[in-house]
Amino acid sequence: MTSTYAVRDSITMLRRNLLHLRRYPGLSLFPIFMPVIFLLLFVYVFGGTLGNGITAGGGRGAYINFLTPGILLFTVAGAAQITAISVAKDMTEGIIARFKTMRIWRPAVLAGHVLGSLFLTLISLGVVIAVALLIGYDSAAGAMRWLAALGLLVLLAIALIWVSVALGLFAKSVETASNLPMFLILLPFLSSAFVPVASMPAALRWFAENQPFTPITNTVRHLLLGQHVGSAGITAIVWCLAITVGAYVWARHLYNHRPVA
Amino acid sequence: MSDSYSPAITAVDVRKSFGDNVVLDGLDLSVERGSVFALLGPNGAGKTTMVRILATLLEPDHGEIRVAGHDVTREPDAVRAVIGVTGQFSAVDDLLTGRENLTLMADLHHLATPEAQRRIGDLLERFELVDAADRMTVTYSGGMRRRLDLAMTLIGSPQIIFLDEPTTGLDPRSRRTMWEIVRSLADEGITVFLTTQYLEEADRLADRVAILDRGHLVAQGSAQELKERIPGGRIDLRFADATTQLAAAGALDIPVPDGDVLTLQIPTDGNVATLRRVLRDLDEAAVDVDGLAIHTPDLDDVFLTLTGRPDGSGEPGSEEAS
Repeated sequence: MTSTYAVRDSITMLRRNLLHLRRYPGLSLFPIFMPVIFLLLFVYVFGGTLGNGITAGGGRGAYINFLTPGILLFTVAGAAQITAISVAKDMTEGIIARFKTMRIWRPAVLAGHVLGSLFLTLISLGVVIAVALLIGYDSAAGAMRWLAALGLLVLLAIALIWVSVALGLFAKSVETASNLPMFLILLPFLSSAFVPVASMPAALRWFAENQPFTPITNTVRHLLLGQHVGSAGITAIVWCLAITVGAYVWARHLYNHRPVA
Repeated sequence: MSDSYSPAITAVDVRKSFGDNVVLDGLDLSVERGSVFALLGPNGAGKTTMVRILATLLEPDHGEIRVAGHDVTREPDAVRAVIGVTGQFSAVDDLLTGRENLTLMADLHHLATPEAQRRIGDLLERFELVDAADRMTVTYSGGMRRRLDLAMTLIGSPQIIFLDEPTTGLDPRSRRTMWEIVRSLADEGITVFLTTQYLEEADRLADRVAILDRGHLVAQGSAQELKERIPGGRIDLRFADATTQLAAAGALDIPVPDGDVLTLQIPTDGNVATLRRVLRDLDEAAVDVDGLAIHTPDLDDVFLTLTGRPDGSGEPGSEEAS
């Protein structure tokens, strides 16, 4: 059985993906710097005004505290987006035919991409959190709450990375693969990540309240501000697991049935 | 039933269509262990499709196929354990160095580190890649990529190797190097299944050649046997005037062609004895020959003869539709 090599082959493929991240900084630095730029942009350009809408007279300080959890979700979405490109790049090249004719644990190729992207996500999150704290993010949470928030962000990362893997397999070209996951970085804007959903027009508000990014943002926000999480926490976890399972099944089907380049 | 005397590959009545496009239409073949087998055909004949089926990349619509005694659809992992595949488009990782590519393969074959290091060192040396070993493969020439590709295939010590058009797109020197490598693999007892568009390549390398045309095998045999069936080989003689032409035709006992041409064509299977006889006959008759050319059969002749039409393929080296 090739599954006895599941861990070993996945680690081999992870090593390959980590080398790719190092050799192709143009792609791997993007998900680190993009959220930092958005964080600075929203805090220093829009933050003074938006903060007053969050708490009367709260200004920029209030907005940093509101925005940071949202930017963390945006970071996770941005890093996941890259996976589709690297998966599609693999699928359109001869190397995938080689892997498929070897007696290895078949999902190892995809596992390598998922683990590599997860690694990139964690680095990006670390950088974004450091910058947020540096510019005045004031978290009232202790270590346990930070760990719980990070745990949820990792669950979301795994879910979105699998979505991105599936899109990368679905795309016929690398160009398409770089466009398809675009909605992943749009969804945070249509949630409670950047502004409270109560400020949105009715239809948009309905969408924002019922899409996964809102309960996840709210859960991370409440965890980090030391507030009561409530039922949003369960909803957030259920969303992450459901997306992961759906995307994984789709990705596996595409991987096994897609003809190689 | 993988006893060492059974054939390396057997395929019976293999069929494969993509939609309405019938690519393989009842193919039978058998490849002896330790032999070099060439599947010869023009672009679009179905060569790559056949290799993909044998290499477990594609399931046939119909057919009984065994590789090293294992059924390709029911026991693909057992097949994968003993084969190596080098495709038409090089399957190397561009962002890794040559050495890293080989290490990746060694890790996927679960080799112990000292064993892996030894084998990587040997292969880099054998394929003349020592100097380039620590450069990213994106900087490699076509010939170097193809050599690395084959070295990656050999890391796992496969019993059977599939080479899909191993020399398409290579310059003549790299092609010659690749031929030497293929011969050395056969000398080591590895079964080689290769596809090619070049009769010369099949002739040089293969113990047995099968000619594929539009999903059918139109002929099978040793290169020699096939060439004997192809009347494309001939000696062309050119003369200064009609008198010498007539004298030569008399000496050789062949008809003079109609029209104004001052040439004679003597069909031959390319052996030296025929040539010697022709020259001796001309010498004895004291006929002056202006020019002599030997035309050896090529793929065009093969196709013309076996299918009654030219191969109708596109540019040589252009990619094959799968």
